[in-house]
Amino acid sequence: MIDWSRTALTIVVILGGVLTLAGMLIWVERRLLGIWQERYGPNRVGPGGLLQSLADMIKMFAKEDWIPPFADKVVFVLTPAIVVITALMSFAVVPITPGFVIADLNMGILFFLAMSSLAAYSVIIGGWASNSKFAFLGSLRAIAQLLSYEVFMGLSVMGAVLLAGSFNLSEIVEAQRHLWFVVPQFLGFLGFFMAGLAEAHRTPFDMPEAEAELVAGYHAEYSGMKFGMFFVGEYLSVILLSAMIVILFFGGWLGPWLPPVVWFFLKTSIFIVLIFLIRATWPRVRFDQLLSFGWKVVMPLALINLLVTGGVVLWKAG
Amino acid sequence: MEVLFYIAAAVTLVATVRVITHVHAVHALLYLVVALIALALIFYLLGAQFAAALEIIIYGGAIMVLFIFVVMLLGPLAVEQEKSWLTPGTWVGPSVLALVLLGEVGYLIAAGDHLPIDFMETREKGLSIALYGPYVIGVELASMLLLPGLIGAYHLGRRVSKESR
Repeated sequence: MIDWSRTALTIVVILGGVLTLAGMLIWVERRLLGIWQERYGPNRVGPGGLLQSLADMIKMFAKEDWIPPFADKVVFVLTPAIVVITALMSFAVVPITPGFVIADLNMGILFFLAMSSLAAYSVIIGGWASNSKFAFLGSLRAIAQLLSYEVFMGLSVMGAVLLAGSFNLSEIVEAQRHLWFVVPQFLGFLGFFMAGLAEAHRTPFDMPEAEAELVAGYHAEYSGMKFGMFFVGEYLSVILLSAMIVILFFGGWLGPWLPPVVWFFLKTSIFIVLIFLIRATWPRVRFDQLLSFGWKVVMPLALINLLVTGGVVLWKAG
Repeated sequence: MEVLFYIAAAVTLVATVRVITHVHAVHALLYLVVALIALALIFYLLGAQFAAALEIIIYGGAIMVLFIFVVMLLGPLAVEQEKSWLTPGTWVGPSVLALVLLGEVGYLIAAGDHLPIDFMETREKGLSIALYGPYVIGVELASMLLLPGLIGAYHLGRRVSKESR
């Protein structure tokens, strides 16, 4: 029988923690970008600028929440919710430590893939409902990019699933007790990392919201807290991507001396900072190059990786 | 569990009806997405977890996105034209046929000769063994069906050089 009070507590802790973290990351990213670019970044509000996110949030709530008259109103209002809901739903299957997980589903990884494929709707419908040229162009780019990279995301994860022999995320972590999957599955890791960046539309794959060409892409018409939801959703998916990389390829909570929670947070933070560093250093790639690179390089590599892994697993099983 | 099943079934039905009756094509497609998600929940409740996940990943996430993509590209939607097509007269045929089916279902329920909803858990492992064991011919046939589609799409999308034109 499910222990309801324990589950409810876990939900509250994880939701609260993740949402606070997503808000704080906005400040962390701006501050780190500042340091890397030899300037200060936001350092005025609170000690070291710590309360910057709070100030931003108050500003967002106070702004005029404008719906363009030419937009499809119902869909326009619903879309920002899809971003946040799909990202938060995925955290339900993320095992932080052995007992610290909301739902340890047998098909945890499929649930994660399902949620990330539903997240595509927010971008597409958001651009369509805005009913403006720039937003529409942004969502056209987003569809091609998300659909292409979803394929590799699934394929590159399957190597880790084969090695662990399970779709359950806790069992995948346990299977890495002796060797992190990043060693035998290095191609899978690279593929998943790239696909994840494309799914979260982070640099260098953030053409759907390229401000130099498309104003802000699919969320060009959004303002106030609706825009804030898109923003928070992006940081949620950065956290989710880092957590999933750690779980699938870097042994999740496993590690010596320190308690499991600390290990999980340390590893996840490293990847979050790495994603910020990529944004600080890499330019955007060209859109046709992104697609042809995906289909002509990453796709064959992921398939070969899957084939070799399957062969090795069969050979070891005898 | 049965309550959840009936709620999900009701959502599926209402959403599907809206798919047909909605005059706005994109809204109708969004209702179809809702119907597919509700269907996935039904699969999950009946114990077919793997089918539920695939329902969302493939139908909800990939195929419907492509549908919406194409409909979006069609430009301004012909809402007025759709309205003019959806006259009461068009409902007669489908309604009569659906009534016949409804009568049959009613008869079956009244006769009491039915099995209760069976919640049987199917693990993905058992499903895979069945798919690649006794039903492997089906998998092969499906892959043969998909391959011509792939080659055809590749043929249509090829780059034509200037000399060959």
